[in-house]
Order: sequence, then C-alpha cells, then structure tokens
Amino acid sequence: MRGVRSRKQQNYKAATAGRALRENNMMDNQPIILAFCCHYCAYAAADLAGAMRLQYPDNVRILRLPCTGKVEVDYILAAFERGVDGVIVAGCLEGGCHFLEGNLRARKRVERAKQLLEEIGLKPERLEMYNLSSAEGARFAEIVTEMSGRLARLGPSPLRPDKTTVERRIDEMTQQAEAAVAGETE
Amino acid sequence: MIVADRKNVREIRDMIKGHKRVLLVGCGTCVTVCLAGGEREVGILGSALRMALKLDGHGGVVVDECTIERQCEDAFIDILAPRVAEYDAVCSLGCGAGVQALAERFPGTAVYPGLNTQFIGILESQGVWTEKCAGCGNCRLGEFAGICPITRCAKRLFNGPCGGSRDGRCEVDPELDCAWQLIYDRAKALGILDQFASIAEVHDWSTGPDGGPRRVVREDQCIAGLGPNA
Repeated sequence: MRGVRSRKQQNYKAATAGRALRENNMMDNQPIILAFCCHYCAYAAADLAGAMRLQYPDNVRILRLPCTGKVEVDYILAAFERGVDGVIVAGCLEGGCHFLEGNLRARKRVERAKQLLEEIGLKPERLEMYNLSSAEGARFAEIVTEMSGRLARLGPSPLRPDKTTVERRIDEMTQQAEAAVAGETE
Repeated sequence: MIVADRKNVREIRDMIKGHKRVLLVGCGTCVTVCLAGGEREVGILGSALRMALKLDGHGGVVVDECTIERQCEDAFIDILAPRVAEYDAVCSLGCGAGVQALAERFPGTAVYPGLNTQFIGILESQGVWTEKCAGCGNCRLGEFAGICPITRCAKRLFNGPCGGSRDGRCEVDPELDCAWQLIYDRAKALGILDQFASIAEVHDWSTGPDGGPRRVVREDQCIAGLGPNA
C-alpha cells in the first residue's frame, strides 16, 4: 500500500497537476467521471489495469474508499452539484465484501440517489454501481470505457461550471499550491 | 415518535423558487430518528434543491442549511432567529408542529414544509416505520392487551375480529397483521381472555382531533397569575 504523502509532496503534486491541466488545455468537452472505488477490489483492479498497460479513458477521477459501504447519498449528490458528468460506484462482487455487506448497502444507496437525480431533473443513467474483483483489471478498463461512452452520448452535465469559472478556479488553486511549494523550499 | 417522509424535490423547488434566499432548517428530534429531516437529510435536500433550481432556470436562489435541536419549542428556535433574518424564506424539515412553530415565530418570513408528516409510530425494523398511535386523546390500551384497535385495525373495531381476518392477516392488505388476532394471542398468553367476554364500550371520541386543536393545560405549571394564556 502506498504511504501517506507529505504536505510538501501534496502541494507539489497539486501545482504540477494544475499546470498540466492549463498547459495541455485538458478542460475540453470530455466527460468527467468520478469513481468511488473500494480499496479491496475496484481500486486494486484499477491499479492492475495500469500495471497491465490497459488503455481506458483518462477522464476518470478515482477516489479510494475503505469500502463502498462508506458511500452516502450526499457524497454522490455533492459530486453532481460540483459538475461532474457521471459517477461510478465500484465495489466487490456480491458476497465478496470485505465488510460482509457494504457493497449491498452501497447498491441500495445508489438506487436512492438515482431516484433523487430523477426528481432533480438529471438523468439517473449518469450514476452506476458496478461489482468487480481485484483481479479484474480488464473489467475496470471496460467499465470506465462503457461509462465514458454513455456520458458522451448523454452530453455534458447541465450543472457543469462554465470553462472560464473552471480555469479561474484551477489557476487559483495552482497559484496557492505553487506559493506553498516556494515557501517550503526557502 | 413522529414519523415523516420527504416531499418530492420538484414540489419543494416549486414552493421556494420565487424567493432569493432560502434557509433549510432541520430538526434534531423525531424526524432525525426517522431519517427524514435531520442534519444529513437537510444536506442531501440542500444539494438536491440547488441542482433542481439551477436546472429549472432559478440558479440565483441561494439555499443554505442548518439544523436545530428541536423545532417545536420556542426556546430552541431562539438560536435560529439571527440567521433567519438573513433569508426571505424558510423550508422546515420538521414535522407539521415544527413548521407551524417557525411560522408563528417568524411572521415576516415565508415558511414552507419540506416533509409530509405521517403518524406517531415506531421503528418496526431497520428502515421501516409503522403507525402505532392515533392520538385519540382517550387511551384504552389497557382494555386491549396493549394493542391499539383504533390504529392497527383497518375498521377500528372495538369488538373484533371481523370476518376479514385470515390466518392472522387483514383482508385489506395481506402484509398487515390482524390487530384482533394480535390482541387475542397476547390476551391468551397473559391469561386475560375472560376480559373479552363482555362487549367493549362505545369509544368517547369527544377527545379526538375533530372540533379544533386540542390543548393540554397544567395549571400548576402555568406562570402564577397569568394562567394558560401567559
């Protein structure tokens, strides 16, 4: 397991990521997917997909959780409110949860969140729960590709902040991180 | 406790969309326990409403959140007063009593309900609440082995069961227990079946909800000299 990054490493990473986003003009219209991944399966599967050099869309942002049972409806809504185009909740195979039933609870919460998305006026298809094992690197790549395709068909989320707002925010965050890095090196 | 459930997001959105600043107010008592209007639900509804308003072309409406310990008592509403002054509408996630307590306390602010108040009930199993008390004002549970025929019998029979009782279930809904079967079984276990040999008296409904709001007055607790209207 990867060790905890120091504050310095985090700032450096944030500054580098911010610069890369701006310089490579990566805020184009490709859908942004947030993936809540269970540490015991989907996160390991994503790691494996990387080790296997599998190709899958790079517009997925992976958020590691100790179990998908940690996912709450408000986490999912918070993501959509901030303008992501789609959310994946990826947990262990049913019956294979490290905490016995976290993935089953997550599925019910995902259903509840889908119902709320419908009431809000967002397409519930923007949210999906998947089950896979840690050995399924190829399946992880397939899930991300499938979701990315689905979101491309649905179009960008109507709640997506406009490009100028995003760029301004990234600039602010990058400057903050760069200032922090400069402060640390002095 | 009082059991409630959330109104549809669209319904709440349409109520508040004419306002500029709306405060969602949760309640830390009954509705927190029945997972309808506590701090978490206020957060979820706040998020949902901001998105729904934006999608409906009312993105300018500010929706903020807060939760107080108890909405049905003025002493607890006190801490809310300075915040409410900053908003032109409040959406209460309390029960009907909470909504009205806020409306009374803030005469210049629009107050809307975020929940549908359902009944007085208990947690039957995780995520399932059932009605247990109709608040009739004249409790006769002692006569019916602790099971309320008013709330739990579909026909409110005082001398049941009726012919619709089948294998312990009610004809109205096969999922529903026949209240009179429950009363009989419990009375039998308690050895008090002989109590049911006589006809139960007609219920005095004068204490019921018809005829305006009821009130309970404890003179000894009222401020001396001012009476119940203090």
